[in-house]
Amino acid sequence: MVEFSLPKNSKPTKGKTYPAPAGAKNVKRFDIYRYDPDSGANPRIDSYDVDMDTCGPMVLDALLKIKDETDQTLTLRRSCREGICGSCSMNIDGGNTLACLKPIDECNGTVKVYPLPHMPVVKDLVPDLTHIYAQYASIEPWMKNDTPPPSSGERLQSPEEREKLDGLWECILCFCCTTSCPSYWWNGDRYLGPAVLLQAARWINDSRDEATGERLDDLEDPFKLYRCHTIMNCTNTCPKGLNPAKAIADIKMKMVERAG
Amino acid sequence: MFASHNLRTPLGRARGLGSAKDGLHHWWLQRLTALALIPLTVWFVASVVGLAGSGYEEFATWLSAPCTAAAMILFLGITFHHAQSGMQVVLEDYVSDHGWRNASIIVVKFICYGLAVLSIVSTLIVSFGG
Repeated sequence: MVEFSLPKNSKPTKGKTYPAPAGAKNVKRFDIYRYDPDSGANPRIDSYDVDMDTCGPMVLDALLKIKDETDQTLTLRRSCREGICGSCSMNIDGGNTLACLKPIDECNGTVKVYPLPHMPVVKDLVPDLTHIYAQYASIEPWMKNDTPPPSSGERLQSPEEREKLDGLWECILCFCCTTSCPSYWWNGDRYLGPAVLLQAARWINDSRDEATGERLDDLEDPFKLYRCHTIMNCTNTCPKGLNPAKAIADIKMKMVERAG
Repeated sequence: MFASHNLRTPLGRARGLGSAKDGLHHWWLQRLTALALIPLTVWFVASVVGLAGSGYEEFATWLSAPCTAAAMILFLGITFHHAQSGMQVVLEDYVSDHGWRNASIIVVKFICYGLAVLSIVSTLIVSFGG
């Protein structure tokens, strides 16, 4: 059922405040969601004052500075720090994005940092993505062919056919889009969400794949696909500038095309 | 959203009961009825505005013209079809309990189709001078 308010044990309380080092002149405050399921306590919002004169420009720089210099218990995912791996996706300043691509300058006043919305939290800024990864596996994101590969070993594709994958292959599976989608919040157990549907479109549009019909069969479902109502949150929030809403619309039009 | 007591594997849970192999017809019909309602609603509103202040006799005479009666029946039938179709989507979105969801969808369908038949029969009676 739709949840209009957080469950009692999920309401964040006010946490600790960590002041900036003495003498810091250019200070920015970061309010960060903290939650440790092992403690049994409610989540809390800790405030960290960071000296921006000794901090890098991106939100991830500030989070790592806090972890390195102020509070080593702060937990977050990160890897490449340049928008390729999709690990540091989180909710910053009210929108889902990658901490490594989000300039601190773009955040007015206090920078509010929360985990991706409506997901179970493993700890602090780390959401449990088990179900989304399983949904990704369920669309079988690999090339499926009955025809053996040619003797050259390479399945060929014309430049025009390859172009149809543009805007799809670039997805880094950060799930900013999926966790910004209310349909996924309410029906995420069955609705595949924009990221996984964009990946499905990536294989449906691949001229080398021979399982297009089977893939469409598996998606034709009121919940897996048709919970998308094209409200475009996914497209607005994608840190890579992709358009999952269009990819989903393309899948729907393919359903229409094959029906007659 | 994800029950931790469920010992199925994550992939088993994600696959669930599989695809219903359904959904396109409902989605497409919802769009077609929406499209059809654009001219029909304009016609209906314009006609009602044009008949403002008229008595029953004038209205009955207007409705007895074959084209008017046909347009009115189309408007009513498609309106109620679109309404139940849209309500179904809303209920599927917001009611997660399977039993309550299906029960509420059935009630909405019964009400909409009942009202559609009632209003179409009423149109025919007025149209035929009843």
